[in-house]
Amino acid sequence: MSQTKIIDARDTFCPGPLMELISYMKRANVGDELELLSTDKGSVNDVPEWIAKVGHELISSEQVDNVWHIKVRKTK
Amino acid sequence: MARKVYIVCVSGTREKLQMAAMIASVAAATGDEVCVFFSMNALLYFVKGQSAAVPVEGSFGALLEKDGGVPPFKQLFKYAAELGDAKLLPCSMAIDLLKVSTDQLDPELGPPTGLTKFLSEAEGAQMLTF
Repeated sequence: MSQTKIIDARDTFCPGPLMELISYMKRANVGDELELLSTDKGSVNDVPEWIAKVGHELISSEQVDNVWHIKVRKTK
Repeated sequence: MARKVYIVCVSGTREKLQMAAMIASVAAATGDEVCVFFSMNALLYFVKGQSAAVPVEGSFGALLEKDGGVPPFKQLFKYAAELGDAKLLPCSMAIDLLKVSTDQLDPELGPPTGLTKFLSEAEGAQMLTF
């Protein structure tokens, strides 16, 4: 079972967190889980929108203190 | 279905270059066909060794400069090309006026392109100008 890759994009602004996620997603294998850490509120909507559009899987999205933890799985 | 997003960058100010780069990177990474045409003052910042500060239009531009968490516009254009296969095209007229060769431009930039070819390829695209 693959380990979840943490992508720490805290303290960067739009579209930095999304671009960080996509960079790692390109290099990941199908089935890999990635967890994006972001303090950019726009990421909460933008990342799921991107995931839905390109067809990956959103596993969860939750706020812990001031940090959003968005977990996704590469599906293709 | 992928959209065609064609962007013309002519301004050399931070706010306009930043917004153009944000749209280019997100649209390209989302699967849209993106092409950016750089001319006039905008092309200057893609000449290798160019170290001149990018002027700001207003107070928001100063905020962009001040906060280290804002991705630089050149990085975002690079993302657009690398993650979404965006075409970044220098204007052939601007290259001639600047008297630079293509190997003096950043490697992400494609071949010098004239307006006729750009407009021909832009047929049916959403066109944005900054």
